[in-house]
Amino acid sequence: MYVIVIGGGKVGWNLARELMDKGEEVTLIEEDRRRYLVIEQELEHAVQYGDATELWVLERAGIARADLVIAVTGDDEDNMLVCQVAKEKYLVDRIIARVNNPRNLQHFKLLGIQPAVSATDLILRLIEHEVPRYGLVHLLALEEEKLEIIELEVAEGSAAAGMRVQDIRLPEGSLIISVLRGGEGFVPKADTVVEGGDEVLLVLDPGLEELITPQFTEDGFG
Amino acid sequence: MFILIVGAGRVGSEVAKVAVAAGHEVSVLDEDPLSHERLDVGGDGTWEDRGGRFTVGTALEIDALIEAGIEEADAFIAATHGDNTNLVIAQIAAKRFEVGRVIVRVMDPYRAAWYAEQGLETISPTAHAIQMFRQALEIR
Repeated sequence: MYVIVIGGGKVGWNLARELMDKGEEVTLIEEDRRRYLVIEQELEHAVQYGDATELWVLERAGIARADLVIAVTGDDEDNMLVCQVAKEKYLVDRIIARVNNPRNLQHFKLLGIQPAVSATDLILRLIEHEVPRYGLVHLLALEEEKLEIIELEVAEGSAAAGMRVQDIRLPEGSLIISVLRGGEGFVPKADTVVEGGDEVLLVLDPGLEELITPQFTEDGFG
Repeated sequence: MFILIVGAGRVGSEVAKVAVAAGHEVSVLDEDPLSHERLDVGGDGTWEDRGGRFTVGTALEIDALIEAGIEEADAFIAATHGDNTNLVIAQIAAKRFEVGRVIVRVMDPYRAAWYAEQGLETISPTAHAIQMFRQALEIR
């Protein structure tokens, strides 16, 4: 696989090194002359000097034959436009963009730059996993397919505790797909009774969480 | 016509002033509050006295664009000093806010040409400069 990495900061340099260790062919592009000279000591011909938002710099790196372009500069506009040009002008199959400011994520989506990876979001997800608020964990979000899977703790005294699966009041577009009890998971039937202390996995359309959580919390609030 | 201009540098501020003088409604957005001074010079009274609007903010902030009036704009001009910023905000104006006329300044002539092929109305001062030097030197 031929990978072009844009931006030789901590992320880009380490990424390039890791990919090379895995045996991939890599070109790293860095626009700061001094930074480039430092990286060149280690990566030698695998690093090129230049502003990757200029087309000739991408062409010199052989973008037309790249299998993957990863834009990880510290500038969101640069990352967006490099990926847009890679995808739409040079028809690169796969792109990955780094989002520095999570508020810019909407712009990446608008320009069709997917996947766009935000370190802030990743860390927030980890915090959520380690310190689940109201016992809710996002396990999976399939953005393109518009589906989510969440894990919820069934609180003692909540509406759902002691109720059969078929009687729990869930909105249209959501389904309990698994119950975790005493360290074991099983797929429930309609008449399976959910107990306080259980954890349940639900698949749902995005945005339904707030209607679902009140059934599983003691005070009935999400 | 209501024109929103992002970037009150030499180009953006002059275009804003001639547009107001020609009777258009003009709103200018720039991240530097001091850039307002450019809009004041060379006219009677302040920029606001002449009917102009000015908002401080960065163009990637949707709230700033809305405050500057992008939802009502008939035309959008991206004239900040950064090509990449201009190309991103022009696409936001065209795709998200569906502004009827979007004009973007792109210094890099090659990307100006490619984005023009993709349907953006681009102006490349560099391409014009090259052309004028060629004419001056009589190189075809």
